Amino acid sequence: MSAVTLTINDRLVTAAAGETVLAAARAAGIDVPTLCYVDGLSAHGGCRLCLVEVGAGGRLQPACFMPVAEGMVVRTDTDRLAEYRRMIVELLFAEGNHVCSVCVANGNCELQDAAAATGMDHERFEYTYPKRAVDASHDRFGIDHNRCVLCTRCVRACDELEGAHTWDVAGRGAGAKVVTDLNQPWGESPTCTSCGKCFMACPTGAIFRKGSTVAETDHGRDRLQFLVAAREKKQWIV
Amino acid sequence: MDLADLRAIADAERAARPPAEIRCCTAAGCASADAPAVLATLKTAVAAAGLGDRVRAVGVGCMRLCSQGPLVAVEPAGALYQKVTTESAGSVVAGLTGGAVTAEPLDPRAPFFARQSSVVLENSGRIEPERVESYVAADGYLGLYRAVREMTPAEVVAAVTASGLRGRGGAGYPTGVKWATVAKNPGERKYVVCNADEGDPGAFMNRSVLESDPHKVLEGMAVAGYAVGAAQGYVYCRGEYPLAIDRLTTAIKQATKLGLLGTHVFGTPFDFRIDVRIGAGAFVCGEETALMASIMGGRGTPTPRPPYPAESGLWGMPTLLNNVETFANVPRIVRDGPEWFAALGTPTSPGTKVFCLTGKVANTGLVEVPLGTPLRTIVEGIGGGAPGGTIKAVQTGGPSGGCVPAELLDTPVDYESLGTIGSIMGSGGMIVMDQTSDMVDVARYFMEFCMDESCGKCVPCRAGTVQLHRLLSRVLDGTAGAEEMERLEALCHMVKDTSLCGLGQTAPNPTLSTLRYFRREYEAKLHPGTRAQRLRLPMVSANGPGGHAP
Repeated sequence: MSAVTLTINDRLVTAAAGETVLAAARAAGIDVPTLCYVDGLSAHGGCRLCLVEVGAGGRLQPACFMPVAEGMVVRTDTDRLAEYRRMIVELLFAEGNHVCSVCVANGNCELQDAAAATGMDHERFEYTYPKRAVDASHDRFGIDHNRCVLCTRCVRACDELEGAHTWDVAGRGAGAKVVTDLNQPWGESPTCTSCGKCFMACPTGAIFRKGSTVAETDHGRDRLQFLVAAREKKQWIV
Repeated sequence: MDLADLRAIADAERAARPPAEIRCCTAAGCASADAPAVLATLKTAVAAAGLGDRVRAVGVGCMRLCSQGPLVAVEPAGALYQKVTTESAGSVVAGLTGGAVTAEPLDPRAPFFARQSSVVLENSGRIEPERVESYVAADGYLGLYRAVREMTPAEVVAAVTASGLRGRGGAGYPTGVKWATVAKNPGERKYVVCNADEGDPGAFMNRSVLESDPHKVLEGMAVAGYAVGAAQGYVYCRGEYPLAIDRLTTAIKQATKLGLLGTHVFGTPFDFRIDVRIGAGAFVCGEETALMASIMGGRGTPTPRPPYPAESGLWGMPTLLNNVETFANVPRIVRDGPEWFAALGTPTSPGTKVFCLTGKVANTGLVEVPLGTPLRTIVEGIGGGAPGGTIKAVQTGGPSGGCVPAELLDTPVDYESLGTIGSIMGSGGMIVMDQTSDMVDVARYFMEFCMDESCGKCVPCRAGTVQLHRLLSRVLDGTAGAEEMERLEALCHMVKDTSLCGLGQTAPNPTLSTLRYFRREYEAKLHPGTRAQRLRLPMVSANGPGGHAP
């Protein structure tokens, strides 16, 4: 495989032919924000956060898909891109029900990170407050669709890494959502192996481990009573 | 099948034709107005009058003036009747023997008919769409014969290139260049795909072509298959066109039976099979990458280009994707030579284009004119203008296009000129609006369409169209101010620049073009007050709701 040389933000960067602009930029230490992209899974091109300007005309292309080419000129840091990225994050916040303070992913959330990275200090679009469901039928995991950003990482992880293809997308537009099998409760899915790769892939608190949500917080106080009774009354009744 | 066999079919067909023919349109528009019953009545009346040996009543395709259907034509007399009913149909037959005709006549020399061209629609309304013999008698499949028996694939590509034909799906990409790219791209198999997923509101050009002359499209696809080296073609037709699907399926069977499709086309080593794939009601499947995903059995969502289908399309193989009308132009270009075609229209936009004239216009229906014809000629000359009013704007290109204001009606209709004034050629929908149309409402209507049809894959299109629709609704209900207007424009540009596929990239066009030409209508609706007043937020005084000090 031959190497090519391209220019990213006025810097000469070398990359292997066939590599994406995103890989080339990151290898050169140039950060490009992403949300739906995750190393190890196929590119999706849906979040549009990694858009970069290519060529003299500044045509916008997703860095996660765009293959490098000899002599290519790329900009990742223009004012236009900064504004568009911030608008993308604002659109995501406005279309779902993202309430960080009661979210399992608070502080460990890539949507939060994207908001911080794009300088989103407030929301300029109207919140749509969609009525979305929570599926807690699986015994180990749950999905809160209110926090889903439709990055489809779960779909790709399940299909490409686990080989189960339990997850897919149903519906369209604002009504699109990820579903398990034929849109049946996750807990009844005959294909789910409970491997947890969807959970590992999820950038937000949409897919969570059971027991980690605010409402599920369990201090285990009955355990305390059990110990007291065991020590004082010599009763070992659970 | 050889040339002699083909000629024999044509001769037999012509010989069997009685001196007079009563043609009844059976395309979807007229069919919805009871045309099948009218045709049955005509046939019965012919038999009852004992004219069976001299006259025959046949079902044909579209005769263009769809709003006045069912249309019935009598040839060779050249008489034309509109809104024919089962009651008045008998009188058309009686008229042949001197009886009184009660059916409403229509002047075939009226501007609506006389000022039109006939290239794509040359057989439409003249031949029987469900009989291959009828198409062969109209010199059908001669183009394919010429291509596979007298030309090399490279010569076919060169002919299409020389004709100057450009994609009729809307973008206007040079067809010859696309064919050459697919022909030259290496691949163990190649595919030809016909995009018949016509979904623009108010557009029915492709449906009419498929219902009226399906073999023409199949012939065009087979020529393309020969030119680019493909052995398999697909017609991706939207499921809302059951009649078109029926006629396509029938046509494929007939052509295959005659050896015009399938293995050894015209006795050559060239094999070409065509299958129909039916869409399930998603507008986005008209986008080429989504369409191919759907053909391959996947969810119809687009993928970023590059790679383009010409390089990596169906199953990763080089794939040629053209619109119905593009393919329908091909047989005659091959049969009669590219020079003839290039002489039509303008030097940069040769040929004709079929438009669907709808909305506030006297004559609603199908219009074919040479490219470069002024918009005024189409909507006023042929369309007859807005009944009882004046034309305010013409929307071209559907939800991806723009509104052309009345003062620009003299703009020639070609790819470049429409682009310059902020609209697009599009696939051919043309919606006429008069003074009663509220342009902000028009913009919101198209935004609602795009919002509903967004596949949901990329954020700007999925969530951006929702916000744009909200902002437009705000302007309409009088709760928007200068701030919302600013946001509306900024978001339009963002959605246009950042969306993944053509659906999102063009969704803001109707809004942007109405903002460009009808900004005053927006501004007249704006609320002059503060944000709180606009949004009618509950008033809270500094001392709290009750007016008492806390």
